[in-house]
Amino acid sequence: MTDPLIIAALLPIAASLLAPAVVRALGPRAGWVLALIPAAIFFWLVQQLPLAPGEVLSRSVPWVPALGIDFAFLLDGLSATFVLLVSGIGALVVVYAGSYLAGDPRLGRFYLILFVFMGAMLGLVLADNLVTLFVFWELTSISSYLLIGHDHARSGARESALKALLVTGAGGLVLLVGFVLMMIAGEQLGLDPAVAGKISGLATVDLRGHALYPAIFWLVLIGCLTKSAQVPFHFWLPAAMAGPTPVSAYLHSATMVKAGVYLLARLNPQLGDTALWHWAVGLAGLVTMLTGSLATLGQRDMKRVLAYSTLAVLGTLVMLIGVGTAMAIKTAVVYLVAHGLYKAALFMVAGNVDHETGTRELRQLGGLRRFMPWTALAGILAALSKAGAPPMFGFIGKEMLYKTKLDLEAIGAWAVVASVVANVALVASALMVSVWPFLGRTQETPRKPHEAPLAMLLGAVLLSLFGLGRGLLPEPFETTVGSAAATAILGTPVEMHLKLWHGVDPAALTVMGLSLLTLALGGALYLMIRHRAAPVGPFLRRACSVGPTQLYDLSLRALYTGADGATRFVQSGRLRFYVTITVAFALLAVAPPLWRAMTWQLPVAPEGWRLHEILVVLVGMLATLTAAFLRSRLATLAVIGATGTCVALIFVLFSAPDLALTQVMIEVLTVVLLVMVLYRLPRVVPRSSGLSRLRDLIVATAAGLTMTLFVLAVAPIARDTSVSEFYLQNSAPMAFGRNVVNVILVDFRALDTLGEITVLGTAGLGVFALMRLGVGRRKRKESR
Amino acid sequence: MRESLILRATVRLLLPLLVLFSLFILLRGHNEPGGGFIGGLLAAGGLCLYQLAHGGDAMRRVLRIDPRILIGVGLATAMASGLPALLRGQDYLTGIWGKGVVPGIGKLSTVLVFDIGVYLVVAGTSLLMVLTLADGATEEEDS
Repeated sequence: MTDPLIIAALLPIAASLLAPAVVRALGPRAGWVLALIPAAIFFWLVQQLPLAPGEVLSRSVPWVPALGIDFAFLLDGLSATFVLLVSGIGALVVVYAGSYLAGDPRLGRFYLILFVFMGAMLGLVLADNLVTLFVFWELTSISSYLLIGHDHARSGARESALKALLVTGAGGLVLLVGFVLMMIAGEQLGLDPAVAGKISGLATVDLRGHALYPAIFWLVLIGCLTKSAQVPFHFWLPAAMAGPTPVSAYLHSATMVKAGVYLLARLNPQLGDTALWHWAVGLAGLVTMLTGSLATLGQRDMKRVLAYSTLAVLGTLVMLIGVGTAMAIKTAVVYLVAHGLYKAALFMVAGNVDHETGTRELRQLGGLRRFMPWTALAGILAALSKAGAPPMFGFIGKEMLYKTKLDLEAIGAWAVVASVVANVALVASALMVSVWPFLGRTQETPRKPHEAPLAMLLGAVLLSLFGLGRGLLPEPFETTVGSAAATAILGTPVEMHLKLWHGVDPAALTVMGLSLLTLALGGALYLMIRHRAAPVGPFLRRACSVGPTQLYDLSLRALYTGADGATRFVQSGRLRFYVTITVAFALLAVAPPLWRAMTWQLPVAPEGWRLHEILVVLVGMLATLTAAFLRSRLATLAVIGATGTCVALIFVLFSAPDLALTQVMIEVLTVVLLVMVLYRLPRVVPRSSGLSRLRDLIVATAAGLTMTLFVLAVAPIARDTSVSEFYLQNSAPMAFGRNVVNVILVDFRALDTLGEITVLGTAGLGVFALMRLGVGRRKRKESR
Repeated sequence: MRESLILRATVRLLLPLLVLFSLFILLRGHNEPGGGFIGGLLAAGGLCLYQLAHGGDAMRRVLRIDPRILIGVGLATAMASGLPALLRGQDYLTGIWGKGVVPGIGKLSTVLVFDIGVYLVVAGTSLLMVLTLADGATEEEDS
């Protein structure tokens, strides 16, 4: 448990519990202290670098050994890249959130969930065991639900959070089935169950040849596509913007949506490189890339522009993993890191603009560089990387993207065209979030703009400078984790050589030409949008509102209506209905086997019947019959009380004084309670119709008859007396009590009693809550 | 509710007797018929009678404690009575018996503590139900 890898994987979740206390002690400055935790993980990992390609660090702690489930963790190039992103960006987001949410009374709660989220993501990218991975996967869904819905008083935030949870949660269930099938297939291929549950273990067999492969592939793919917001499951991501900006920054750059990309990359050696994989994964990515990049043009809200451009990048990443050549994988790694850096920075920039001016609507913004110079610098640097302009890291990514596409022989041309189209749109959207708000004429904003505080600048500036630094000096990246990450995804060793300038050979020049063409076209497109020359906005916005979103809304509404109807049908709220159904079902269950087992033998009392016994029984029966025919409720109650007393008498006659005492007390209290209930009922007793009375009669008679027959059937059976013998003999010597009933209650079976009194107390509180609620509601209605 | 002088006067005398009797029943429970469950019901029954004669508020005054607190304290007592056994390495809720004999109670034990917990929960629950329903009933009459 003391291994640094395991500590790194579990530390944030453990630390989450401390977060509210730290916030209470330090207020908004708590972010600086809390950020030390992810920062420590980040620097610990930097210490472990460089990772040689193929180098793997793995640790395991047993969790449920009987089922072959361990806390198995694995650190290779791919997980290291992700851990660096999650912890590095995480630390900056934690600092940022302290200032962004300063004054929010729920900041402590927010940090708690943010750390759980961070820990879940770290666990996810480090997990080697499929079940462990799945647990962390679901934990990211749940914690992101809480983060998106942070502003839970707003219905929009709640709906968006629910949308994210339902889509990714449903995908998670599909994924679980896929994982189970993978384990089954692994075992059938001769793996030990403990090994078949591990991703690294499954790499040793050929899952692709197994009959279950297509099923596994589709299930895992759907899980990843929902998580990574790929078409047609993409609609939850733009909606998830309803969360506070630090959440968006984190969710879009390093966590959550990257989890699907991560899993596809992680499973590439096990499931990839088949025709199915190339086509399905590649196509899903391609469609998402085009959808996201075109949709981004129609947006005028800074966060929405960024949200849709995330879709485009995620699509590109998925497409690259689908293509699966060495070049494509290397590109994916570069693109992934570049996107993480600039997207987190841009979201923080958008958050600063929103926070300091009061709006994120582009049409109300302009010339902010005069008021917010640092934010503007970070925004423009990050946007340059997003646009893929030299010398940013994003430029290298885009160059590699074009090169990958040109290398594909069969579909190369089409893929290049699609990539160029998507990137032109991305360039335009990058200019929309950087040039539009920061340059040009100053606009009137709801709030007087001023520069954001240090905590909110730090992340954006650092990340955007990092993007610039990586672009100028790509070598440290490729030698530390880049090559190792690509190796981990491919499963075979590769070397990465990143360059800003490739020299003058025809292939390199083509790529360079495409890059420049993209930039030029993107710039032109931006100018058209800015000056309203291209009326794409309304059209694209309308296009975004149709499709899967509507299907989601429709099915959600259908679910609500269906649940409503089912509840209304099953829960009529009428006590008589419930009793009838309960009794009728008990009858159906008991009567048929009873009928077959019946021996029709009347039991004979050993000492014969005594007169007073018969009398008590007769009085009880008479009272019961009377109760059925009485009109007055009060009289009915009294008669039912008489029945109960008769039962108590029978207990006395057959020497069960404890039972008799209890029965009498219960009888008294029941009558008292029922009398009080009577006060709450309308005075007039509604007569049921003849038909329903007949039905009640039949059910009641059948129940009585069945019970009688049941007792008759059981009576002649010789009972096993060993249990009661044990109690009778051991009560006094072992538990020092002569009253066996009580000894059983408080000593031999005390745990049962504890459970019973807990239920009893809860029932009492339930009555209290229900009555109070009802009374309160009635009072409110009256006062209205 | 209609007021009856006889009932009111009798109940005033009966209540202390009933509560005392319920404690007696509770304590003798281990050897003779009785125990926490019956004792709790008995105490609740006595207070119910008082409530019927004098009304819910008067009963609350006599009781002094919110029945919800009785439930909580009772549950906590019953749960805590199992802990000493854990400290001794035995199973949870194993009875532990003291040496000395207290006159009128008998041997002290964790089992007795557990039974007291049962007594409190049962009495608290019954009283909570009765009081809640009674409040509703009087409100209905007022309106």
